[in-house]
Amino acid sequence: MLTFTIRRLLLSIPTLLFISLAIFMLLQLSPGDPMSQVPLTVPPDVKEKMREALGLGQPVYVQYWKWLVQFFWIEPQVFIDWATANTWWAGWLPDTSFAEGKLRVISWQTRGPVMDLVIQSLPQTFWVVGMAYVVGVAIALPIGIYSAYRHYSVFDQAGTFITMVGFSIPPFFTGPLLIWIFAVQLGWVPSKYNTVLEVVDWDTFVMQLKQMVLPVMVLALQTTAQISRYMRSAMLDNLKQDYVRTARAKGLKEGVVVMVHVLRNSMIPVITVIALGIPSIFGGAIITENVFAVNGLGYQLLIALFASDIPTVMTFTFIFAILIVLFNLIADVLYGVLDPRIRYD
Amino acid sequence: MTDVSPNNPLAEAAPSAPPTSQMQDIWRQFKQHKGAVMGGGFLAFITLFVLFGPFIWTLEATKLDIRAKDMRPIIWGIWDGDAKIGWNHPFGTDQLGRDLLSQMIEGGRASMAVGWAAMVLSLLLGTAVGVLSGFFKRLDFILMRFTDLMLSLPLLPILLVAVTLFRERLSQTFGIETGMFILIVSVVGITSWMQTARIVRADVLALKEREFVLAAHSIGTRPGKIIMRHLLPNVLSPIMVSATLGLAVAIITESALSFLGVGFPSDFPTWGKLLADAVQRMDLYPERVFLPGLMISLTVLSVNYIGDGLRDALDPRMRGR
Repeated sequence: MLTFTIRRLLLSIPTLLFISLAIFMLLQLSPGDPMSQVPLTVPPDVKEKMREALGLGQPVYVQYWKWLVQFFWIEPQVFIDWATANTWWAGWLPDTSFAEGKLRVISWQTRGPVMDLVIQSLPQTFWVVGMAYVVGVAIALPIGIYSAYRHYSVFDQAGTFITMVGFSIPPFFTGPLLIWIFAVQLGWVPSKYNTVLEVVDWDTFVMQLKQMVLPVMVLALQTTAQISRYMRSAMLDNLKQDYVRTARAKGLKEGVVVMVHVLRNSMIPVITVIALGIPSIFGGAIITENVFAVNGLGYQLLIALFASDIPTVMTFTFIFAILIVLFNLIADVLYGVLDPRIRYD
Repeated sequence: MTDVSPNNPLAEAAPSAPPTSQMQDIWRQFKQHKGAVMGGGFLAFITLFVLFGPFIWTLEATKLDIRAKDMRPIIWGIWDGDAKIGWNHPFGTDQLGRDLLSQMIEGGRASMAVGWAAMVLSLLLGTAVGVLSGFFKRLDFILMRFTDLMLSLPLLPILLVAVTLFRERLSQTFGIETGMFILIVSVVGITSWMQTARIVRADVLALKEREFVLAAHSIGTRPGKIIMRHLLPNVLSPIMVSATLGLAVAIITESALSFLGVGFPSDFPTWGKLLADAVQRMDLYPERVFLPGLMISLTVLSVNYIGDGLRDALDPRMRGR
């Protein structure tokens, strides 16, 4: 298992490199000019110098190499410098200055490091997306279990219908719909997400909870619909197996049979699906973040895209790619760990 | 005297009904899935609605009539006597006085056209990749690695980037509407073929070892012929199931792109675009969000139900139950 994990880890490096190259080549075709917002009074030779300062005159492979070095070599150094200076877990180490004077990935919009934007927006995305996923899974599992156990019952029929509906309604419709019902008509929750809200006391905590409800609900609906369908069919497959009859025959209680024997076996594929679904929910988060104006990765990506801020778009898209590759890897490894029948080597 | 003599075996084994073909069996099973039948009915209705709607409701979708702006749907008259309604605009009008019913029809045409075209493109790509990598051992490794790579791309961000980048260029070459249509269809098609390819490859791998393929080989049938005559008809059922899923994904993706503001231009309505444009004034005119949203959701829901029904009907283990 360990060799498999290591092999998959090593294999993900060329994958990520290839993805970064693909994104980079795509962005090279971009017609957007970073100089388009510079005033017309700036003389052309100065503009040319500004271009060179941004590294635009260089050949493509040099630009790509520079981005690679900046992302994979200099940014970790910046992180180490920050960690040794400011954190409790590495602060006792002597302060380092690996990255001093080195060029980082610079955003063309803010003229600051792209990583600062990432640091700002990543927690927002993780909070909303992560919470939505936890809530979605927590709702989905009981629904799936119960509808499989009472197959063809009213609950099962209703559950299947509702998950089908949840599966089909796109988040850019549920978002405005929920805003209209709960924010405009009932006024229970704010319609926009306040990113700068800091939780200091009970009131702000309640405020934070209130503003998270709608985006979390929108994202969780999709998760619930998918996962409960998987859970239901996995439980149905396992309930028909011989070992269930054996367990009942030897006099185990029904609760033990279903919740221990069947559930544990059914969870194997479902956990893989849960891990595999995490990247796609980040994709869904792009839409949800834009509906609710959550200042997360997807929101920033769209802003950067419209401003044709190539380095930011490149870095953000690549971070999405890292998340996907990472969670695919976790899903594969989990599958092997949970199911001893599966051996990769 | 009895009708059936014990020494006449033919009279005993008389079939109760004429033999049914496979297609009839599938259709009978499909009919039992109520959701699938209703979904099929709704999809047929929507398709006819957007195809023939413009001939019946002849009002032009982009015609401005500023004097009749901000009209409500006719149904508003039931609970609000003062609402600005009229039978000349049964679904109401928007802030520029454009008729909502004709906009819905036009938008549906665009959304459905994009959905179908992108679905067909992704099916063609997926089937080609799946058959090639399942049938030819030499291509298998490289094609499947490529499929894995495509699956680990962040698709929505890449779609956004691709559409923004190529919009200008294609609009200049083909005109803005055709350009956008080609662009969206191709990016959605190119980024959604992977699941089909995997399913088709798995089926082809299993079919390739069967005796009838061996027989075809042994009488000297060329690989191309084997694929067309023997393999493709047998993988048709998984392809049909993924076609329904593909249609749903394509419609949602197109609407999502329009919603995020990178889709069709604003004077060219699609359901996603109508929804996105209406969100700003949702507190005053919520119906303008609900109508296109409902259309998208119902279409996708019916397509998903058809997929469910097809999956049950095409699975011989489920049939006859």
